[in-house]
Amino acid sequence: MRLDRKHLLGMDGVTREEITTILNTARSFREILERPIKRVPTLQGKTVVNLFFEPSTRTRISFELAEKRLSADIINFTAAASSVKKGETLIDTVRNIEAMKIDMVVVRHSSPGAPHLLTRVVDANVINAGDGGHEHPTQALLDMMTIREKLGRLQDITVALVGDISHSRVAMSNIYGLRTMGARVLVCGPSTLIPKDIERLGVEVYYNVDEVIPQADVLNILRLQLERQRQGLFPSLREYHNYFGITRERLEKATRTLLIMHPGPMNRGVEISSDVADSEHSVILEQVTYGVAVRMAVLYLLAGGKSEIN
Amino acid sequence: MKLTKTVIISRKAYQSVPRRLLLKNARIIDPSRDVDMRGDIVIQDGVITQVGQVNEAAFEGRIIDLTGKVVSPGWMDMHTHLREPGREDEETIESGMLAAANGGFTTVCCMPNTQPPIDTQEIIQYIKDRSRNALVDVHPIAAITKGREGKELTEILELVEQGAVAISDDGSPVMSAEMMRRALEYSRMVDVPVIGHEEDITMTEGGDINEGYTSTCLGLGGIPTVAEDIMVARDIMLAEYTGARFHVAHLSSGKSVELVRQAKAKGIRVTAEATPHHFSLTEEAVRSFDTNTKMNPPLRTEADRRALLEGLKDGTIEVIATDHAPHSWEEKEAEYQRAPFGIIGLETALGVSLTHLYHTGVLTLVQIIEKFAVNPYRILNLPIPGIQPDVPANLTVFDPEAEWQVKEERFLSKSSNSPFIGHRLKGKPFLVINNHQLFFSTL
Ligand SMILES: [Zn+2]
Repeated sequence: MRLDRKHLLGMDGVTREEITTILNTARSFREILERPIKRVPTLQGKTVVNLFFEPSTRTRISFELAEKRLSADIINFTAAASSVKKGETLIDTVRNIEAMKIDMVVVRHSSPGAPHLLTRVVDANVINAGDGGHEHPTQALLDMMTIREKLGRLQDITVALVGDISHSRVAMSNIYGLRTMGARVLVCGPSTLIPKDIERLGVEVYYNVDEVIPQADVLNILRLQLERQRQGLFPSLREYHNYFGITRERLEKATRTLLIMHPGPMNRGVEISSDVADSEHSVILEQVTYGVAVRMAVLYLLAGGKSEIN
Repeated sequence: MKLTKTVIISRKAYQSVPRRLLLKNARIIDPSRDVDMRGDIVIQDGVITQVGQVNEAAFEGRIIDLTGKVVSPGWMDMHTHLREPGREDEETIESGMLAAANGGFTTVCCMPNTQPPIDTQEIIQYIKDRSRNALVDVHPIAAITKGREGKELTEILELVEQGAVAISDDGSPVMSAEMMRRALEYSRMVDVPVIGHEEDITMTEGGDINEGYTSTCLGLGGIPTVAEDIMVARDIMLAEYTGARFHVAHLSSGKSVELVRQAKAKGIRVTAEATPHHFSLTEEAVRSFDTNTKMNPPLRTEADRRALLEGLKDGTIEVIATDHAPHSWEEKEAEYQRAPFGIIGLETALGVSLTHLYHTGVLTLVQIIEKFAVNPYRILNLPIPGIQPDVPANLTVFDPEAEWQVKEERFLSKSSNSPFIGHRLKGKPFLVINNHQLFFSTL
């Protein structure tokens, strides 16, 4: 199977077949990562630019490692969007970079749609590595890979996304991807952090974590941006933790073994307690490993590769 | 992509009206005089001398055959942003007038959010000087508060005496209820409407598009309809309390349409306008992340759009106005959140209105003409241009059946920020006549 698309801008509109192709390819790459020589010549001669307008050590390192394992030439461009000097726009920056004849762009930006804007000005393949509160497709893919590897399937699994759904690109991409794969998706958080009309995406909304835990196979705990308190969206970290924080005590209400996921970086003691983060249920470190494999798969497939690799 | 537009900003595009001109075989619609007939119009020295059947063979002078076309009183856009003074790179008074004429308008009212704003006599005078002797009449709308800061009233009596036809802080709401109350009370002395940009900005900070399903999907900041409704409700109450005239700019929320309808039923002196983009597009258009879908108020839902159509139909909304807001290509070709709000509208208003209101059976041509060429004049206390002998010719001619595609390079506005580029429309401006000049549309 090949991937019949030029860009990966989001999980919205990505088909079941495409997701399956990416996850199968990622599994092959994961096996390569277990070998003593972890490098394959797949992207030899291709140049990939990592364009990070927002600080994100984890995602950038994960992409960079994936690119290195595929033998790509790498250019890193890191700048806070706010520090892009006055008068020089995203477009200018990208045009300059494109003059260097690049093949692929991995972009992280605080503004939704920034990757879409890039596709209008550059010829290269564009991979969205997170655009504001819109989408973060490779995170959703690595989350789905983690679930599939651990539970064997995605169909009919119940996944609960807990926390700030309103501002979460991780939540959005997971919702699109999981719903496409036939999973049941619950979202749970303070009502001020659940966006309007989210039910229309086929998810169920809960405001009580204790109702969610007994139904779930997977808890994907989202990072709480502390600035939301200043915006008046919840009253205190204390109350947030008491009502929505995932603690060992709460998990005792689980009716089956739960997978605990978190896209990182964690606020320990806020959305997740340390004993949960470090517990046997936690697959947070596996997520990091699968992240590299999934990103290798996406880079490889967008560059025109087939899913069978060796 | 950026186009290098060769804008003909030159008076050459305008022609002076021939000493004797015969407009032949037109459908003549003049709603304020209950006229809807087929016939001819003779114009001599810029003044209409005859309306009816004219013997072509006996006529000496220029003849323009208008078979299939409609002649109406000159259209007005009562909500235009000319960017002069301040942002002449985006629009000047001259280029704005040209865009207006090209789009079938003979009058525009310019909003005061220029730099500096229209809050002194000097700026009023400047605008009048810059638009003197032009085909298009330009009427300034003065700011309600000095610097549009919402703190102190402008010298409203004097500004109106100098030529301001209304007052508005458009672009910003008057957030203080007390200030709005005083503005309404004070303006009542000269009986000009206070035009409200209705938005509770404490609820819209960080907003980019309508709050709802689309903003959820796209992760863009939400601008809820209730932020508009709250202000419309407040200002209706203030209008009732003060007895002053209140005009709602660019209605976009269905709930606000209902509020205006109820207020009218109670006899409160409220009028309202809607823009062509709000009654023809919805938030769905934002999915492309095209920044030409970003304006304030934002595109709303299909239910809101239908409520606007209903309001236009039953007369709750008596004016169609463009909210023509030119922005440079450099500013619009940016990240969605960073791009400024606003789209141009002067050159697409007629086509969009006929396509989405007339050809869909929502309004008749007579009703559309009322909303462009009768009601705005009435609201602003200006004489309604008529099609009758001894009246200076102030006319808009359009072809209601002509199909065309909106092309960026045809715009005469200095800016091209339109979501309608590429759209196929039915109904096209043909010609405008005013102040002894005529202009054939180049769209
Ligand atoms: Zn406004």
